[in-house]
Amino acid sequence: MLLIRCPYCEEERPELEFRNAGEAHIARPTDIASISDEDFEKFFFIRSNPKGLVFERWRHVHGCARFFNAARDTVSDKFLLTYKAGEPKPDASTLHAEGGPAAWANRPPDQLNEKPKAKRSTKGEA
Amino acid sequence: MAGSYRISGQGRLTPAKTARFTFDGKSMTGLAGDTVASALLANGVHLVGRSFKYHRPRGILSAGAEEPNALVTVSRDAARKTPNVRATVQELYDGLDVASQNRWPSLSFDVGAVNDLASPFFSAGFYYKTFMWPKAAWKNFYEPNIRSAAGLGVAPDQPDPDHYSSRYAHCEVLVLGGGASGLAAALAAAETGARVIICDEQAEFGGALRFEKGAVIDGQDGWAWAQGVAAKLAAMDNVTLLSRTTAFGYYAQNFVGLTERVTDHLASPDREAPRERLWQVRAKRVVIATGAIERHMVFANNDRPGVMLASAARTYLNHYGVTVGRNVGVYTANDSAYAAAIDLKKAGIGIAAIVDLRDNPSGPLVDEARALGIEVNHGRAVTSVNGSQRIKSMTVQAKAGGAERTIAVDALLMSAGWTPSVHMFSQSRGKVAFDADTRRFLPGTYAQDCVSVGACNGSDSLEGTISQALEAGANAARDAGAKPGKGASIKVEGAEGWSGGMLGSGPGAGAETTVKAFIDFQNDVTAKDIRQAVREGMRSIEHVKRFTTNGMATDQGKTSNMHGLAIAAEALNKEIPEVGLTTFRAPYTPVTFGAIVNHSRHALFDPTRKTPTHAWAEGHGAVFEDVGQWKRSWYFPRSGEDMHAAVNRECATVRKTAGLFDASTLGKIEVVGPDAAKFMELLYTNPWEKLEVGRCRYGIMLREDGFIYDDGVVGRLAQDRFHVTTTTGGAARVMNHMEDYLQTEFPELNVWLTSVSEQWAVIAVQGPNSRKIIEPLVEGIDMSDEAMPHMSVREGKICGVPTRLFRMSFTGERGFEVNVPADYGRAVWEALWAEGQKHEACAYGTEAMHVLRAEKGYIIVGQDTDGTVTPNDAGLDWAVGKKKTDFVGIRGLTRPDLLAKGRRQLVGLKTRDPRDVLEEGAQIVENPKQAIPMKMIGHVTSSYWSENCGRSIAMALVAGGRDRIGETLYVPMPDKVIEVEVTGTVFFDEKGERLNG
Repeated sequence: MLLIRCPYCEEERPELEFRNAGEAHIARPTDIASISDEDFEKFFFIRSNPKGLVFERWRHVHGCARFFNAARDTVSDKFLLTYKAGEPKPDASTLHAEGGPAAWANRPPDQLNEKPKAKRSTKGEA
Repeated sequence: MAGSYRISGQGRLTPAKTARFTFDGKSMTGLAGDTVASALLANGVHLVGRSFKYHRPRGILSAGAEEPNALVTVSRDAARKTPNVRATVQELYDGLDVASQNRWPSLSFDVGAVNDLASPFFSAGFYYKTFMWPKAAWKNFYEPNIRSAAGLGVAPDQPDPDHYSSRYAHCEVLVLGGGASGLAAALAAAETGARVIICDEQAEFGGALRFEKGAVIDGQDGWAWAQGVAAKLAAMDNVTLLSRTTAFGYYAQNFVGLTERVTDHLASPDREAPRERLWQVRAKRVVIATGAIERHMVFANNDRPGVMLASAARTYLNHYGVTVGRNVGVYTANDSAYAAAIDLKKAGIGIAAIVDLRDNPSGPLVDEARALGIEVNHGRAVTSVNGSQRIKSMTVQAKAGGAERTIAVDALLMSAGWTPSVHMFSQSRGKVAFDADTRRFLPGTYAQDCVSVGACNGSDSLEGTISQALEAGANAARDAGAKPGKGASIKVEGAEGWSGGMLGSGPGAGAETTVKAFIDFQNDVTAKDIRQAVREGMRSIEHVKRFTTNGMATDQGKTSNMHGLAIAAEALNKEIPEVGLTTFRAPYTPVTFGAIVNHSRHALFDPTRKTPTHAWAEGHGAVFEDVGQWKRSWYFPRSGEDMHAAVNRECATVRKTAGLFDASTLGKIEVVGPDAAKFMELLYTNPWEKLEVGRCRYGIMLREDGFIYDDGVVGRLAQDRFHVTTTTGGAARVMNHMEDYLQTEFPELNVWLTSVSEQWAVIAVQGPNSRKIIEPLVEGIDMSDEAMPHMSVREGKICGVPTRLFRMSFTGERGFEVNVPADYGRAVWEALWAEGQKHEACAYGTEAMHVLRAEKGYIIVGQDTDGTVTPNDAGLDWAVGKKKTDFVGIRGLTRPDLLAKGRRQLVGLKTRDPRDVLEEGAQIVENPKQAIPMKMIGHVTSSYWSENCGRSIAMALVAGGRDRIGETLYVPMPDKVIEVEVTGTVFFDEKGERLNG
C-alpha cells in the first residue's frame, strides 16, 4: 500500500484514503459549447498514458475530500510530488524522488560501513 | 525414548516431555519441541507422502520452510483440517492428527503410482499438447479427472471456526529473520532506542545456529547466545520480537506483510486467541536477514525417501536428537555436508561413505572427516539410488564413467551448496546481480530503503555476517532518525564457512528418457523436462518455467530455481545471467485465506446499511432485497401470498387508496451558497435560475460525453439553497462528480455541498388518499392543491419534528415524500402508518415501486439507461434547457454519433399475448425468421406484470424506436418467439390526471 502525501492535510496517508481521478492539467474549455469535434475529442477522450512520469489527479476522498495533483513515476510507482489543484504543472526536470532508495542500502556488504553519500538524484530519470 | 531413532545425549529437547500423535491412524510418540518431521524421523518414518504428478513415494527433504515433499494434512477436529502443511514446520503437540496426502488406498500402496510407470507420456508440456481436442472434453472430462488424479491435500469442507486478527504496526527498523545476522542487526538497532520489530518463521530464534554446532559467540555456544539475545530483545520496551512469524510479502514503501501463527502449535489453544495474526508493518528501514537455503544434488531417483539435505540431517541430530539413519551416505559438492557427516559420526552413527563430486576437496572439514575414519571418495558421483519407499543403496561411479559401485545406505545426505534467500529483496523490487565467482544471485540494485545482511547477502562466514549485521542495524536506526547507540561488538570463534557448491545436474541425471533426476520435487519436474523445454523452443527462463512448471509449486522453487536455471543455461549454451532469473513473488510461503480474509467475514464482510424503518418492516414481514449495501423492503407478503400476489395487491392498493414506501436510501445533497443556482445550471441540463423558491424540478445530470449520469427531483428551499436527490446507487458518485467540478473547474463559484443522505429519512406516501393521511400530522404547512401544487416543497413540522415535505410522485398518483430527521424516521412512519390504516393504505416495497413507475414510463437510471443513453434517447429532451449556453455534457450532446439517426430510443412494448411477461435484457429483432446470428435492434430494459393495466408492460431501447410506434417486433426466446407491439412509454393514465386525483 502506497503512502500519499495530501498537500492540503500536509501529511502522508495510506492509499486507501485516496482515489485516483485521471490525468491532470486538462482544463475544461470555457467555450466548450462551441469547440470543434476534434478539440472535444482531444479534451475528453485523448490521454497521454506515458510510461514513466505522469501528472494525475487524486482525491483525498476519505480525508479532507480535496482534489489535488500528483507527479508519479509509473515504473517505480513513486510519487515525486503532490501539489494543490490550480497550482501550475511542475517542470519535469525539477522533480526529485523523495524518499528514493537510500544510498547506504545500495552498496556491497564490504562497503556498508562507509559514510553515506548525498542522496541520489533521480534527475533525468523521470 | 520417544522413537527408536532418538539418540540419547543429542539435541536440545527434554526426553521427559513426550507428546502423542497419530500418523495415518498409527499412534506414535514424539517430544515437546519436535516438528512433525522430526517426530516421524525419530520413529523411523521417512515415507510421508506421494508426489503431485507421478505419485512417487516421497520423504522429508529439509528441516525448514523450504520443504517441497513432506506435505501432510493436520486435523484438530472435523472443521479444523489444514491440508498441505509442511511437516518440517508444523510443531508437534499432544493429540496431533497427521495424515499423508495424494495416495489411495494407502500411502504404501497407491493406485495412482501407475502414473510413474506411464511417465514417458507425462513429460513437460503434456497437458498443453494432449488435451486439446475435443474442446468440450476439457471442461467435462479431462480437467475433472486430472484434478482428482493430481494435486495434493483436500480442502476442508466445513467453515473455518477459528478467528484471525490483524494489526498495523510502525517501526524504525524491521528485521526479517532471526538467525545470527538478524539478531545482531536487531540488537544494534534496538540499542539506539529505535522501535524495532524482528520476526522469524521458526518457533525459536537462532536460524542456522540450530544445526551449526561448534560456533562460539561471545564465549557461549551459538544457540545459547541466540536464545540470550532473543531474551534480551524481548525485554526491551522498544522491541517487538515475533517468533512463528513469516514475512511473506514486501510491498511498496517498506510495507511488509507478516503472518504470526499464534495457536497452531498448542495442544489446547485458548479459543479466545486468534489462530493467526496478520501484521501489516510500515518500517522506515528494513534489514533483510533471511539466510540461505541448501540445494539438493540432481541425480537419478534423488527423490527417494531417505535422500535429504545435509543441513536437515544435521538439524535433526543437533537440535532434535534424531538420526535420519543408521548407515548414512553423503553426496556433496561443497564442504558443509562434511560437517553433517562429522556430527553424525561423532554421535555414533555409521557413515558409509562421502561421495564428493569435486576432484580435490581439501580443508579442515575434509581432514576431520578423514581423521574420523570416514571414507571420502572424490571426483565421483552418485548416479542413482535403489529402494522405492526407502533408500537401500547408492550407486557410485567416477565422474568420467567406468565401473559402478553399490554402497548400502539407509539415508543419503546431499548438498550442492547454498542459495542466498533473495526472495524478500526481490519482492521489494530490488534487482539481483549474478556473482560469477560464486555462481549465485545476490542483492544488486536496491529499490527501497532496505539492506541485506548475512547469508542472503552472500556472506559465507559467521564472523563476517555478524559484523555486517551490527553495522547494518546501527546504520538503519540512524538513517531512520535514531540517535547513535553505544555500539555493540560480538566475538565469534569456531564458525564454519559455506562457500562453494554446484548448480545443475551431476552425472547420472543424463538425457535418457527413463531417468528421473528431480529439480522441483513438488511439481515433479526433472532435469530432462528442462532440457526438453529448451529443445521444444523455450528460450527465456520465464517460458521454461511455465512450460515445465519448475518453481511454480507452493514452495516457490526455493530448492529448484537455481538448478533449473543452470540446466536451461547449459542446454541453451548461454551464461546464467543471459537466461535470467524468474521474479520472486509474494507470498514467500503459503498464507492461509483465514489470515488474509481476517475479520472480513459474515457481517463484517461488507457494511450493511439499514433505513430507520428497517425493524418495523421486519416486524411486518417484509422480504428484503440488497441494493448496493442497502437492505430495502422488496415486498410485504401477507399470509398466503407469494411475491406475485403481494406485489399485485400493493400496486392496486396504491392506486386505489394509498401506500407508504421507505425512500430513505435516495441520495440527498444540499447545495448551498450565493452561486448555488449557477452551480445547478452547470451540473444539470435543466434551467434552475428561475425555479421559484418552494418549487421542485426533475433534474438530469450528464457526463461531459452527453450521456445520462443520474437523475432526481430537486427542491429549491431558498434562493441560495437546493435540496438535491439522487438515485440510491448514484449518491456517492454524484457527490464526487459535483465536488470534482466545484473544486477543479468552477472553483470561483461560492457554493457548499453537503451529503445529507443519512440525515433525512424519507417516507413516500402515494395514492389518492395520501394528503388525507399526512395532513392531520402536519403543522404549519397548507397542503391544499392551491397552496401546495404538484412539484413543490414546504418546510414545517410533522408529528412535532421538522420536515421537508415534498409533493412529488414516482407512481403517477397524488403523492408526497416526507423528509424527517433520520432519528425520527421510525416514529413518523408509525404515525403515518396509523393514519394510513384509517384509509386501508398498505406498505409497499421496491418491486411495487418499480411496477408503478413503469406503468407511468418513469425511467430508472442504470436500468432503462446504461451509460450510452442521451436525454433524447430516453425521451427526456424536454428536460434539457434549450437556451442554456453551458452545462456539463452540452458539447457531448452535439457529437455526430449522438445526433445520428437510428439511435436506440426508449419505447414501450406490449406483448401480443397480454399474459406474456418479457424477460429484462431480452433482445429484439425485426424478423424472427432471419438466419442466426440475427440482427438485434434493441433490448428490453424493464418488464413487469401490471395488475393495474391487466397485462404485461415493458420498456425497451429500440433502434429508431419512436418512429416504430405501432410496428410489430419480435423477441426470440429459447422456447418461443414473442410478438410485441411498439408503443409509447406511458401505460397508465396517459394524461397524468391522477397526479391531482
